[in-house]
Amino acid sequence: MIPVQFDYLAPTSVEEALAALAEHGDDAKVIAGGQSLLPVLRMRLNAPEVVIDLGGIAELRGIREDGDSLVIGAMTTHHDVLNDALVKEHALLLVRAEHQLADAQIRHRGTFGGALAHADPAGDLGAPALALGAEFVIAGPGGSRTVAADDFFVDLFETAIAEGELLTGIRVPKHTGWGAHYEKFVRVAHQWPIVAVAAAVKVDGGTISEARVGLTNMGSTPIRARAVEEALVGQPATEDAVRTAAALATEGTNPPSDLNGAADYRSHLAQVLTRRAVLAAAGA
Amino acid sequence: MARIELTVDGAKVSDDVEPRMLLVQYLREKLGKTGTVIGCDTSNCGACTVHLDGRSVKSCNVLAVQANGREVTTIEGLADGDQLHPVQEAFRECHGLQCGFCTPGMIMQAVDLLGENPSPTEAEVREGMEGNLCRCTGYHNIVKSVLHAAGGAK
Repeated sequence: MIPVQFDYLAPTSVEEALAALAEHGDDAKVIAGGQSLLPVLRMRLNAPEVVIDLGGIAELRGIREDGDSLVIGAMTTHHDVLNDALVKEHALLLVRAEHQLADAQIRHRGTFGGALAHADPAGDLGAPALALGAEFVIAGPGGSRTVAADDFFVDLFETAIAEGELLTGIRVPKHTGWGAHYEKFVRVAHQWPIVAVAAAVKVDGGTISEARVGLTNMGSTPIRARAVEEALVGQPATEDAVRTAAALATEGTNPPSDLNGAADYRSHLAQVLTRRAVLAAAGA
Repeated sequence: MARIELTVDGAKVSDDVEPRMLLVQYLREKLGKTGTVIGCDTSNCGACTVHLDGRSVKSCNVLAVQANGREVTTIEGLADGDQLHPVQEAFRECHGLQCGFCTPGMIMQAVDLLGENPSPTEAEVREGMEGNLCRCTGYHNIVKSVLHAAGGAK
């Protein structure tokens, strides 16, 4: 399968990329690592006239500390996020999710920002980003703006990134010392999750003092399980207490029905996986 | 057309290519390096795995233009003359193949895996090779080959 003909632009700065976007508008598609876009182009589900490759923009790669946050460049590969010491120390949940994302080859090529901007509801990074309260730095013709995770995911494959804009980085508040786990349910290896749950918890003396839980593929966007979070706070990190809180995981969800499972099956999975994810995150 | 210059299996090459040309097509159709095969063409099976700047990628999921200025190693560049690469030798020794179609990708991914983790456990091999599908062997001898190359089963 071969994509349709397109022109290829390889800007070397964000400014150049924005200028290319402004010139070509709707006719252009931005390629980051291309691990989702190239299959789409090969199947001719999309036929852009121009492809703008961000691969040559050095300023979009890398991970740095900025006060109480980490800033992850949009073009940082999954592999680099997975193996970064700062991420491991301050945002362990991202390591847990990246570890289970696709396979080694895809992680060498695919990017953190690209996957989030693609906004596949079955993607593995939306729920962890949402759970950790990430902020999305978006550059446009009028400068840069920051969008909270709660406002970033709009619908299926749709984000707050407007026409002519680019995701340049993701700010992740530090969750130093928090336990974390990503519990993913798949039919076969390296597949999209049928449902997955991202959990980060802070445990003080056997009691859960803070909790963040995000759900993958339980609606058209990743969903924050706030009812579960609230029910966990102040509870002991025990099977019974966590099971009770996890029963609230379906609140506010609208799971799809497809060949991999009906909506009610996904609701069941969300509760079971939430219990497993929270217990594992709590080290219980 | 776009001009690309890159290094493939140690040799500098340059060509004018259509931007839509996939790296795997470039390797096979322009350079005649048919050792790298196209299995699924959907980025699932890993048969087309090559190294791009030293790390494994699925060459059906990279544009040739994206390899501009970079270094590509294929299965054809692993051996040193008549001397097989230790991972190739291990696949022969342990009979880590049946029909052989997935083998180029398996070997390239195994080389990457062992580069990052020189003495993996069996579980780490199975997980590290999850992006490569084999429809014949049931993976048993493939895993054995990778462990053999690593210096013995764990």
